[in-house]
Amino acid sequence: MQRSWPVEGATRVPYWVYQDEDIYREEQRRIFHGPTWNYLGLEAELPDPGSYVTTFVGEMPVVVARDKQGVLHAFENRCAHRGALIVMHARGRAERFSCIYHNWTYDHAGNLTNVAFRKGIAGKGGMPADAHPESQAPKKLKVEAIHGLVFGTLSDDTPPLADYIGPQILPRLKRVMVKPLKVLGTYTQVLPNNWKLYMDNVKDTYHASLLHLFFTRFRINRLTQKGGVFVSADGAHHCTYTEMVEDRGDAYEAGGMRSAGGAHDFRLEAPELLEQVDELGDNVSIQILSLFPGFVLHQIRNSLAARQVVPKGIDRTELNWTLFGFADDDEAMLRRRLLQANLVGPAGYISMEDGAATGFVQRGVAASRDRASVIEMGGATIASGDSRVTETAVRGLWKAWRGYMQI
Amino acid sequence: MTNLELRAQVEELHARYAHALDSDALERWPEFFTAQGRYRVTTAENEARGLPLPVLYAEGHAMLRDRIASLRHANIYEPQRYRHILSAVLIDPEGANLVKSVANFLVIRIMENGEAQLFASGRYVDRIALPELRYEERVVICDSRRFDTLLAIPL
Repeated sequence: MQRSWPVEGATRVPYWVYQDEDIYREEQRRIFHGPTWNYLGLEAELPDPGSYVTTFVGEMPVVVARDKQGVLHAFENRCAHRGALIVMHARGRAERFSCIYHNWTYDHAGNLTNVAFRKGIAGKGGMPADAHPESQAPKKLKVEAIHGLVFGTLSDDTPPLADYIGPQILPRLKRVMVKPLKVLGTYTQVLPNNWKLYMDNVKDTYHASLLHLFFTRFRINRLTQKGGVFVSADGAHHCTYTEMVEDRGDAYEAGGMRSAGGAHDFRLEAPELLEQVDELGDNVSIQILSLFPGFVLHQIRNSLAARQVVPKGIDRTELNWTLFGFADDDEAMLRRRLLQANLVGPAGYISMEDGAATGFVQRGVAASRDRASVIEMGGATIASGDSRVTETAVRGLWKAWRGYMQI
Repeated sequence: MTNLELRAQVEELHARYAHALDSDALERWPEFFTAQGRYRVTTAENEARGLPLPVLYAEGHAMLRDRIASLRHANIYEPQRYRHILSAVLIDPEGANLVKSVANFLVIRIMENGEAQLFASGRYVDRIALPELRYEERVVICDSRRFDTLLAIPL
């Protein structure tokens, strides 16, 4: 691709990355179909032999299924014959999959097992003996599950999943996924922006307490609290966390920031909404973890969720939220998780602004493809650290993106 | 009270609720509920799967007021208005102190630049306390699992 990156390097991100149709096409090939692991769902959504879900890897429709022996498979949701979707439902259980168009049939691994009337009827019609429709078979993904999360890759060059995630981030993933899960529900937030603006937002530890005033007004997360950020060696993945301490500092008030409480001491009338049980036993109140290209795992108090980022064009992204608890949750924990569902999602007290802010960038840069973001908080380094007043993980995202895109 | 009179009262309650939200009288929103009243927004998909996850949930006046206080003082969102269109109201009286109701809704969202879009459609499934005529429970079941950008103002 003929695109020039600003000479400043890691501290600039040119706006054409969010706008160009040919960049978007190339991302499908080099990133989503390239040597990356893409989140496909939770093992808890595929509990039994024959269970399946449909999802996406980039723009590719994908079926994820568990076969009769319990092995997970994933394959392109495209019939070898005319290219129709093989599976039209979001989820279910099936003995086999039959394309509705001409009833071509597939097993749980996506192998074409039957072509209707292949030999014709009564010696007439049918396919020639040397026909080879398997040559157009749906693509198969390599599948790996780790701590209940299912990922797939379309490339033979992708390293094993644990190596891909790496030793900085893997323990932080394992930290949350400690027991069998129970899915509490799902929904989709449609974001009016490029998919990378959302990933960029997730990795931006600097914005949380400035954009999301709910955090700051109630002193849930201020940058003055103890926390930190981990970034993988290649920059692709990150994890940030905040410990449970009541902040009595006044850095926000002293700085005259919009997010400060000001004269109005803002308190919830029903603070039980925020009451956290330290179920993971390490005193962490918030952890946000992202894996390149489009997966986010959050623990916000006792709210746990997987978020899947699905690109739907240069300026449209679908964010699929799956909130979960653990299979052995008691009634009090379930109630806590449902109350704290108010913190996240499209109506989330501390997440509703993300869709708006990233959409504002998409709109703001409409006529400035020759200009660039300034990403200099924390300098130009890409490294783990104990400050969140940094954009180190954002720089990591772009380092990884440029590597895959060869730009 | 005849069924017809009760029906008129329920429709009036739904209409006053819709007008309060559409005219930005959000501070009046908690008053449409009983002291312990519950408000839950969910999707038809989660309901059908028996999954309890709410998109938005509050129980009792304190939590309902917290939601509005947060919208007014903490949450940042682009200026927008709703227009609720209600129809097909059914009522089902259950004794002297409770009437159940189901009603269809459409919500059009109008942004400051004039852009208007169909933001949500669905059903209100209500339990209404009598004689005070307040929601003991209002479940908003959205037909779609998708929400555009954000859901700030209650439905």
